Amino acid sequence: MRRIGIDVGGTNTDAVLLDGDRVLHAVKTPTTPDVTSGIVTALRMLTDVRGETGAGLTAPVTAIMIGTTHFTNAIVQRRDLVPVAAIRIGLPASASLPPFVDWPEDLAGIVRGDVFMLEGGHEYDGRPLVPFDSTGMRRVARRIREAGLRSVGIASVFSPLNAACEEEAAAILRQEYPDAAVTLSHQLGRIGLLERENVTLLNAALVDLARRTTRAFVDALAASGIAAPLYLTQNDGTVMLASVAEAFPVYSFASGPTNSMRGAAFLSKRADALVIDVGGTTTDIGSLRHSFPREANNVVEIGGVRTLFRMPDLLSLGLGGGSVVREQPLAIGPQSVGYRLTQQALVFGGRELTATDVAVAAGLVDLGDRGRVASLPAALVSAALARIRAMIDEGVDRMKADASEVPLIAVGGGCFLVPDSIPGISEVVHVEHGPVANAVGAAIAQVSGEEDRIFQNLSREEAIAEARRLAEDKAVRAGADPRTLGVVEVEDLPIAYLPGNSLRARVRVVGDIRAHAA
Amino acid sequence: MASPRPVSPHDIEALAVGAWILGTGGGGSPYCGLLNMRRLYREGIIVSLLDPDDLADDDAVAVVSTMGAPLVGQERLADPAPLEHAVRMMERYVGRRFAAVMSVEIGGGNGLAPFLAAAGLGLPVVDADAMGRAFPEAQMTSFAIHDLTMYPLTLADVRDNAVIVARAASWKWMERLSRKACVEVGSVAATCKAPRTGREVKDYAILRTVSKAIRLGHTVRHAHRAHEDPVRAVVAAEGGRLLFRGKIQDVARRTTEGFLRGRATLDGLDEDRGRTFALAFQNEFAVGWLDGAPRVMTPDLICVMDTLSGEAIGTETLRYGQRVSVVALPAPPVLLTPKGLEHVGPRAFGYDLDFVSVFT
Repeated sequence: MRRIGIDVGGTNTDAVLLDGDRVLHAVKTPTTPDVTSGIVTALRMLTDVRGETGAGLTAPVTAIMIGTTHFTNAIVQRRDLVPVAAIRIGLPASASLPPFVDWPEDLAGIVRGDVFMLEGGHEYDGRPLVPFDSTGMRRVARRIREAGLRSVGIASVFSPLNAACEEEAAAILRQEYPDAAVTLSHQLGRIGLLERENVTLLNAALVDLARRTTRAFVDALAASGIAAPLYLTQNDGTVMLASVAEAFPVYSFASGPTNSMRGAAFLSKRADALVIDVGGTTTDIGSLRHSFPREANNVVEIGGVRTLFRMPDLLSLGLGGGSVVREQPLAIGPQSVGYRLTQQALVFGGRELTATDVAVAAGLVDLGDRGRVASLPAALVSAALARIRAMIDEGVDRMKADASEVPLIAVGGGCFLVPDSIPGISEVVHVEHGPVANAVGAAIAQVSGEEDRIFQNLSREEAIAEARRLAEDKAVRAGADPRTLGVVEVEDLPIAYLPGNSLRARVRVVGDIRAHAA
Repeated sequence: MASPRPVSPHDIEALAVGAWILGTGGGGSPYCGLLNMRRLYREGIIVSLLDPDDLADDDAVAVVSTMGAPLVGQERLADPAPLEHAVRMMERYVGRRFAAVMSVEIGGGNGLAPFLAAAGLGLPVVDADAMGRAFPEAQMTSFAIHDLTMYPLTLADVRDNAVIVARAASWKWMERLSRKACVEVGSVAATCKAPRTGREVKDYAILRTVSKAIRLGHTVRHAHRAHEDPVRAVVAAEGGRLLFRGKIQDVARRTTEGFLRGRATLDGLDEDRGRTFALAFQNEFAVGWLDGAPRVMTPDLICVMDTLSGEAIGTETLRYGQRVSVVALPAPPVLLTPKGLEHVGPRAFGYDLDFVSVFT
């Protein structure tokens, strides 16, 4: 089975062609402002080198997976966002903290089209809080249409347990205003109204951009003459069909680092390890369990907005190949020459002393003109390397989940900075194609399903089994082959004060993409 | 009555940080309470803090709290209105106006509850509470330890539901009756406990715990700005002990009798490398063992803080791999008396241990 994985990063667009578990070819090309032409270029390079045109690949490509940081960047840079009508269903509860209450003012100013709060919602045990105000909803739908707000986000109290109010609101909106794009919170988030609502509103703000970007991807494939279903990679290392994913751009927010880690697992054939991804400006350290990144449990902020995202638990250090090295006092980063490395670093004829120059002077890597760093004092080189080493040692130790020694997989363009022996690390693993691990991670993505809800009067085993069944249903609906499904995460949390042995259980399953899923 | 001190927005921010630390793992996050206060302050409201000494002996003081499950608080968000209703209902029931509001529990989300109530009532908040930390049940207060009257209690729901518990045979009966009503309205309800006189507050409350929480919060926030170790700063400022630094190795939780009980095991780091620390919790952290021997126990405050940020970690958010510091802070003296230990000592939580303080 042949697959193409593409990672559209801020600096480079990487692409790989995979046959089974073999990397046939890998390319790197600058990302273009329109995104599309960079992808077209990458696809051309990928196929031309093999002496084939896109249309003439000797074996058909089963799937194309694209990972992108485009949507995160839009939020962080406050661009390409549409104003949103926010509907909260849950009055008389939560009345004092309306939608957008904890957003940064600049972002709220762009996204807050209008805010409506209606009666409805549910209790923790599924009982209605109060009857849903469907008359009010119809009035709201008309006002949204009159105001011309085209994207709507709806969040109802305890909707992850009972989505009836959100579904009914969406049905009324569709009757009154068929052209509106609707994001429902229960499709996106877990328990935690503010954070789930925040994600819903971010998603609603991105629907236009997501639609345009997905169409651009489709056009790029068409221009390359490749006919294969297109998938977008998600935060959790899995994929959704682009036609489905374009409605949920928030799910791709962390797909970049996730793809690197998954790619590292694949290339090194290690399922449980730490991964260090050394880029030009930053280094991300994460932990792989069963070939998937360990997720963060705590609140993740995107552009200053609190979310409860499924995000890899990452430690980011201001260290990369382009990190600027200062003397007296000695300092490495966080300032970096970034994508200007090949003009500004000493070995490339520039005038900035960077971490790459130090590595070249020490003979760790052969880049540019080594003669340009021959005069660097040996004491400076060794002191700078010791500092880099200390930063990596400490970061690795912070991310380790237990005391036993684990392997560390080093990927990314700056992976030559990772020393060969690190305390608490059994072995530092370097892999072929490490610099394009993110595109490899995209190419190997699978399909997942997750269930997270409160169960009552069930034993722990029964509750987990029920959560698993619901998660498997979701995965199959998302395009997974039911025969390949496996559980990757189980978490259960008994809930204080609630009667009836309340237990919150979360189960996540993943499986391979079903052939002909498209 | 002397003039109360206005509480600045900075103090409110610090209060949320400090109250979460004093929650000793329980009491729910103060985040939504903080959001409410930010909103009220933006509308121009300023709440004042009243020193207990400035209460007249016959002043009536409202003792408020939000009862319920912290998880429900993540969907049905903290709201000043029902707290205000519970206090107004109590005023009508007992036929007296309150002079001030106070919290039953400074630890966790309830550290901010009297501020939410006071904002709408136009009353000051008394610098005191009845726990000096967080505890799960109504009889675990200094008022109960001193055998004060436990009734009446008013309970308000966001819908038009209200309950008055007119009498209760004991503090435990009050806990049972009010808990039943609370569960019925969705496991979250605003309550106004038995009113206290100014004299009772001065004699039997735990004094100046609001300013203590604010001070704690400022210590953490200041350490952050100065890039200093927030955990050591808290220990130094509050006369606490740093008991252990480590990484969470295992967490096991179960619910019994309506409590979140469980155990966390930590592997030592830095100077504690090679040692292990075990923490038992019942909503709040109750007992800690160093290498198998009891090291710290309730009512000494057992606070688990993120080693780097100094942020408190709740028993519901403990997770594998977190790097944490276990800190003990001194308990209010009333909790350490023989009567106090009956209510809140290790045996009150089912641990067959004689109380030994970290600080003796």
